[in-house]
Amino acid sequence: MLHIVNKSPFEKDSFTSCMAHAAESSTVLLIEDGVYAALKGSSVEDQLSRAKVVALQSDVAARGIEGNLVDGIDLIDYPDFVDLVANGDGVQSWV
Amino acid sequence: MKISVQVNEGPYQHQASDSAYNFVKAALEKGHEIFRVFFYHDGVNNGTRLATPPQDDRNVQQRWSDLSKEHELDLVICVAAAQRRGIVDDGEAERNGKDATNIMDGFRISGLGQLIEAGVQSDRLVVFGD
Amino acid sequence: MSDIKKFLYVNRRAPYGTVYALESLEVVLIGAAFDQDVSLVFMDDGVFQLKKDQNSEASGMKNFSPTFNALGDYDVNKIYVEKESLEARGMTMDDLMALTYEDEDDDWAEKSSMHLVSADEVRDLMEESEVVLSF
Repeated sequence: MLHIVNKSPFEKDSFTSCMAHAAESSTVLLIEDGVYAALKGSSVEDQLSRAKVVALQSDVAARGIEGNLVDGIDLIDYPDFVDLVANGDGVQSWV
Repeated sequence: MKISVQVNEGPYQHQASDSAYNFVKAALEKGHEIFRVFFYHDGVNNGTRLATPPQDDRNVQQRWSDLSKEHELDLVICVAAAQRRGIVDDGEAERNGKDATNIMDGFRISGLGQLIEAGVQSDRLVVFGD
Repeated sequence: MSDIKKFLYVNRRAPYGTVYALESLEVVLIGAAFDQDVSLVFMDDGVFQLKKDQNSEASGMKNFSPTFNALGDYDVNKIYVEKESLEARGMTMDDLMALTYEDEDDDWAEKSSMHLVSADEVRDLMEESEVVLSF
């Protein structure tokens, strides 16, 4: 399943709740303010290993944090986003 | 693949409508069918034609309208949410005795059943919201 | 429309502070007419939607919590409440409304619609669902 998180983990519990409920086989896509969850050295960094986490490149770039992300986070574009939705077996937004 | 999208937030206040627009555009470019875009909660405000955004900014409402024309998109505004927030077409103006309409070209107002139907008919439903 | 899909409504937000909970319930009620396989999960702040004793009179807000009692009449009787979310908020099932339905396959016996589930069970519910509507 594809999980989409669009909230900063420092403001709302969406990311933490998502990581606590996502199956290990799932992919978590960070968009909008959700991309802040991928910051290196943050208080939620250790949660990133619980599933495959990717982030939307355009939202990362808009916020100027591309150089601050943890290693190994794949940055994807909108066509990749569409592929994740189409190729996965379901999608859930943690609004 | 048949994909539907739900937009729960109004333009400018929240990025949800921008994200949904970019997603829909990319899906269309990849050859997927967008069965419906359903606007709910404050998302109904994406369907007003009376907004005047600054010229150096994107025009969120117009952008949806243009995309709808280009791809014959079904842009549906929830009637219950629209009535609460004052998005009005000819039918709604007549039914509820309003003295004006404000719906943008390319949008239509209909019931919540359209969202459920989109969920049933589509292979995927993607929600963009706050 | 003969195909039946598994719909899951994920409710993670408290009532009144924002309109999401109320308008989510409106979707569930309309959706009930479509004869789909419907489950509702209440987790995180969503558990507050089912709190007993809501009285919004003095606040001027519309109290929509009695509407939850009607869900059973619409054959919406799979209401899942996450244990961890309740515990984190110092509550138990006794703090929530006791929603019921009448089982037509069992001589219309009144049964509870409320199911206390763990976070792991919520994960399984999500994985099994075909359409997830999040509010």
